[in-house]
Amino acid sequence: MNAGATKPASAAAPPRPAASVEDAPHIAGAAETAAGTGAGVPAGPTPTTPPAIDITGLTVRYGQVTALEAFDLQVARGETVALLGPSGSGKSTVLKAVAGFLRPTAGRVRLTGRDVTHEAPNKRGIGVVVQNYALFPHMRVADNVAFGLRARRVPRAETARRVAEALEMVGMAGYARRYPRELSGGQQQRVAIARALAIRPPVLLLDEPLSALDAALRADLLGELQRLRADLPDVAIMYVTHDQTEALALADRIAVMRDARLVDLDATDRLYRRPPSEFTAAFLGAANLIPAQVVRDCADGAGDAQARVGALTVPADPARAFRAGETAMLVARPHTLGIEAAGADGTLPATLTGSQWRGATYRLTCLLDEPSGVEVRCDVATMDGVPALGQPVGIRLPADPCVLVPTGTQR
Amino acid sequence: MLVWSRSGRAFVWALFALVFTPVVLGPLAMLVIAAFAGDWNGVLPSTWTTEHFRDATDGTNLDSVVVSIQTALLAAGIALVVGTWTAIAARNAPRPVRRIADAVLHLPVAVPSVVVGLGMLVAFSDGPLLLNGTKWIVIAAHAVLVVAFAYATVSAGLDRTDQAFADVAASLGASPLRVLFRVRLPMLLPSLSAAASLALALSMGEVGATIMVYPADWRTLPVSVFTLTDRGKVLLGSAVTLTLLLATLILLTVVGLLRGKVEDRRSH
Repeated sequence: MNAGATKPASAAAPPRPAASVEDAPHIAGAAETAAGTGAGVPAGPTPTTPPAIDITGLTVRYGQVTALEAFDLQVARGETVALLGPSGSGKSTVLKAVAGFLRPTAGRVRLTGRDVTHEAPNKRGIGVVVQNYALFPHMRVADNVAFGLRARRVPRAETARRVAEALEMVGMAGYARRYPRELSGGQQQRVAIARALAIRPPVLLLDEPLSALDAALRADLLGELQRLRADLPDVAIMYVTHDQTEALALADRIAVMRDARLVDLDATDRLYRRPPSEFTAAFLGAANLIPAQVVRDCADGAGDAQARVGALTVPADPARAFRAGETAMLVARPHTLGIEAAGADGTLPATLTGSQWRGATYRLTCLLDEPSGVEVRCDVATMDGVPALGQPVGIRLPADPCVLVPTGTQR
Repeated sequence: MLVWSRSGRAFVWALFALVFTPVVLGPLAMLVIAAFAGDWNGVLPSTWTTEHFRDATDGTNLDSVVVSIQTALLAAGIALVVGTWTAIAARNAPRPVRRIADAVLHLPVAVPSVVVGLGMLVAFSDGPLLLNGTKWIVIAAHAVLVVAFAYATVSAGLDRTDQAFADVAASLGASPLRVLFRVRLPMLLPSLSAAASLALALSMGEVGATIMVYPADWRTLPVSVFTLTDRGKVLLGSAVTLTLLLATLILLTVVGLLRGKVEDRRSH
């Protein structure tokens, strides 16, 4: 990745060169985000207000192993950016470098314009919530929350007031006298957030805060985090997760990471609706990737683009410029596909190979006849009219053109 | 392992008794008998007396009890500070440094304790630091011998402690010193008290190095036991050994109680 690729790209950017995703991440600047996601999203940094977090060229190596390679990201005041990626993709490394828990091999970290790359963590004033919460087991909840305030020599009365306020904020006011071991996982998580917020940090880093909780609790706390986000309009939040649901629910922008690199960065809804790469399409929303041939030369976002899948020619929405005959991937979310009788007009011939009841929907798996061997997942509300397992079916693509992404970045 | 059948349980208990009785219980029982024996010429003593036991807790022998306890407390204290400090420092040090620290600190237990005693004599019998002839050479020798155990115990405790605690404490604005005293050391308390118990027990029983270096006015209990039995006073030696056992037991019980109190406070 070169420095030029990190500059915010505007929505009307010229077609990107036909480079692989690794070489040129698709990055949209924070300024663009505000326009892209509409109300509720704060304005991005302007020349007079530096971003709350400004990471440039951040690289972390342990001997031969590269944990993070030339990472760039700006997070504006009041903005939430999710770092999304599989384990080992380097997302926690970014967080640790910003918090000061590790020394980067190269690159800079600036907080509201101040270079903190070589500053100790206790000088940075960042709120951090780690995966296992790390509540101090020998201190009561109130002492845990007061820890940062006491370290900063905040007067006693003020400390008491702010501890109560922080616990109130996360709904844990009644638990001040408890020890961490007397709390459930969800309660511990709330206390950890209260402890991080008590010092009123301008920047909050959350490292997979919900990953240790069960599914129902996770959904509850996700709602609480959304509410908390609304209560903290000025705090920049960096949220590390491997769970796309959390990223979609909380983030203004999502940075998708893979193999120690930034792959894609854009406003959340745009990244979901129009993923620029195969990897992001598959990782964010588990989209089907159907190999297709580009019918004619087309520019990024061209309205008249078409792709050929098997015998079918369908309209497509190219994520970058393509040449005629080039192989690309059509991105189709499982819930946008329909299953019809075999041979129905305008459907892709396939064989139904599996069905899984998920309560609200059925997840069907089909193998395409052409290109053969490609598995397609499809969510349907009812099994009425769906042929039996092993029978031929027709797969109906969505009415809106599917996004067309370059191949070569398998999950 | 759970043994479910009644006969199986009986067998396991019998096996345990068979090993435990001659190896642990037997010598201890003999020691108690000998401490209170007047004459012992047959299988069991023919007469009984408390004279040896009174001698053992009187005069120079009582001094030995006090000397032993003081030595153990001081040596364990020094070993704990040095061992903990080194363990924490080594953990954050580069791997080669850590290996060297491991080796150096384990060396005193790898060599015979008389070697440590000899080393002490060679090092401290002349300036700049003249310790020979004072109690400090005994305390120093004990500290060197037990520091390995303190270091190993605290290192194991550190390995079980997630670095995230110290990281989060620092991110909240705590200076390294505050992180050490408010977070790291309190979290290490179970390891520290285990290390203290071990160091105390080892120091109370140390004889090899002590016998090389002890001055006339600082004779520990094990040295007394050794010299008494060496001079053929086996019964008095047994009585002194009994006082040594009791003193050690009391010391460890006190440490155990303190430890229990701390852990209680945390669990309620």
